[in-house]
Amino acid sequence: MSVAKKLIDARMPPPIMAREFSKTRVAGLLMMAIWLLLGISIIFFLTSEWDPEKVARYGPRYLSGLGVTLTLVSISIVLGALLSLPVTYGRMSSSAWLSAPAYGYVYFFRGTPLIAQLFLIYYGLGEFRPQLQAMGLWGFFREPWNCAILAFTLNTAAYQAEILRGALQSVPRGQFEGAQALGLNRFVIYWKIILPQALIVALRPYGNEIILMIKGSAIVAIITVFDLFGETRRAFSRTFDFQTYIWAAIFYLLIVEVLRNLWNWLEARLTRHLKR
Amino acid sequence: MEETLSLLSFGPDGWGDQIASGVLVTMGLALATLPFGLVLGFFLALAKQSQERSVRMAAEIYTTIFRGLPELLTLFLVYFGLQIGVRQLMTMLGFESGFEINSFVAGMIALGVVFSAFASEVFVSAFKAIPHGQYEGGDALGLRRSQTMVKIILPQLIRIALPGLGNLWMILLKETALVSVIGLPDILRQAGIAARVSKEAFLFFGIACLLFLVLAILSSIVIGFIERRVEQSEVRV
Repeated sequence: MSVAKKLIDARMPPPIMAREFSKTRVAGLLMMAIWLLLGISIIFFLTSEWDPEKVARYGPRYLSGLGVTLTLVSISIVLGALLSLPVTYGRMSSSAWLSAPAYGYVYFFRGTPLIAQLFLIYYGLGEFRPQLQAMGLWGFFREPWNCAILAFTLNTAAYQAEILRGALQSVPRGQFEGAQALGLNRFVIYWKIILPQALIVALRPYGNEIILMIKGSAIVAIITVFDLFGETRRAFSRTFDFQTYIWAAIFYLLIVEVLRNLWNWLEARLTRHLKR
Repeated sequence: MEETLSLLSFGPDGWGDQIASGVLVTMGLALATLPFGLVLGFFLALAKQSQERSVRMAAEIYTTIFRGLPELLTLFLVYFGLQIGVRQLMTMLGFESGFEINSFVAGMIALGVVFSAFASEVFVSAFKAIPHGQYEGGDALGLRRSQTMVKIILPQLIRIALPGLGNLWMILLKETALVSVIGLPDILRQAGIAARVSKEAFLFFGIACLLFLVLAILSSIVIGFIERRVEQSEVRV
């Protein structure tokens, strides 16, 4: 029996091929070139049309509009969160007397456009002026700002109720039973055991809901609330300058991106005990 | 009561026919936007999974922009931007024209672009749910890449993406109401005209809301039907 004396030389690795210019690569570079061109032309447009007088006049208005948008959204989100608690309770109740109206409420506000709800409240309730005056509520419904807050609160409460319900139901039943076995009362069970787990699940949908509200709040401009979009429309109608809309787009993109990154950070921070 | 009915009747005194035409416009806009948005969203999803960094980045920029902008602002950007852009192009080329973009087309473009940005996310997560072996199976059968995509991947992709796309359709249906702001005679605009003329705002906007609800219910019935149809081809374990 012969023994191989000489091993076959290891073959050379294949030569590193230069990245070829495939069709996809060309297409990708082309698309990036288009984006770049678009970005540059927008910057060029904004700088060439930069008018200190316009900036001095409309800049502060944009900032106040931004403030209005953020105030409107924060108030509605907070009030909606409060309102969503009884709605969620109704939705999860086993009694049909509670769950049916809650279901109807959620279905109506999630199934119809926010703008139609806003019109229904602002223009529709305006028709009942004598009755509202008799009740002393006319002062409230006369203001578009109040109507916007009311419509947004009712709308976001329906969405938030569904988020909360989904999150509560995602907590395994055993958690509840375990807590009961420890002899805790219902309030403590919910406050200390169920809610902390549910809110982690609900965190991302809540963030999405806030972003949706910020984007959706642009429609208040139509009922003459001067939020960021309202100020934009007013500036455009006076100057016929398209850069007004581009500035609004930049502002909205900034808010949404900041909020999105903040939320990613928050989620990473709050779930760090779950990482393995 | 009788007065209300006569307001809603079809014919010269009532607003029934105007509102019915509004329903058709709303449905037409949503249905016209859907294929445009779906196809664009599908190709965006393909781009997001490309080996090429530049392709991925281009698609990500697109989604970031159109997911972050309010739909109403996108609509105005398309409506005024295209109008001004085309006019400037025409004057540069030496034509003098008062080009005006159709509000239906502007709505279709704006809503389709937004829809595609969200649909691409749905498609990407559906792509991730398809095991790699499916592509390898297609290779082993000697299918071309396009054939693998159309015959093997796409049917599974649609099944997985369907619930997400159903949600997007519901959102799209509601967003069509925004196009009434730039003058498209849809449900909301017709209801608004009727409300202004008849001074019965609550009635007409209430009806507009109910019509949107009816459309949502009809859609959920149709989506449920399609889901059951598609599930028939699913492997039963």
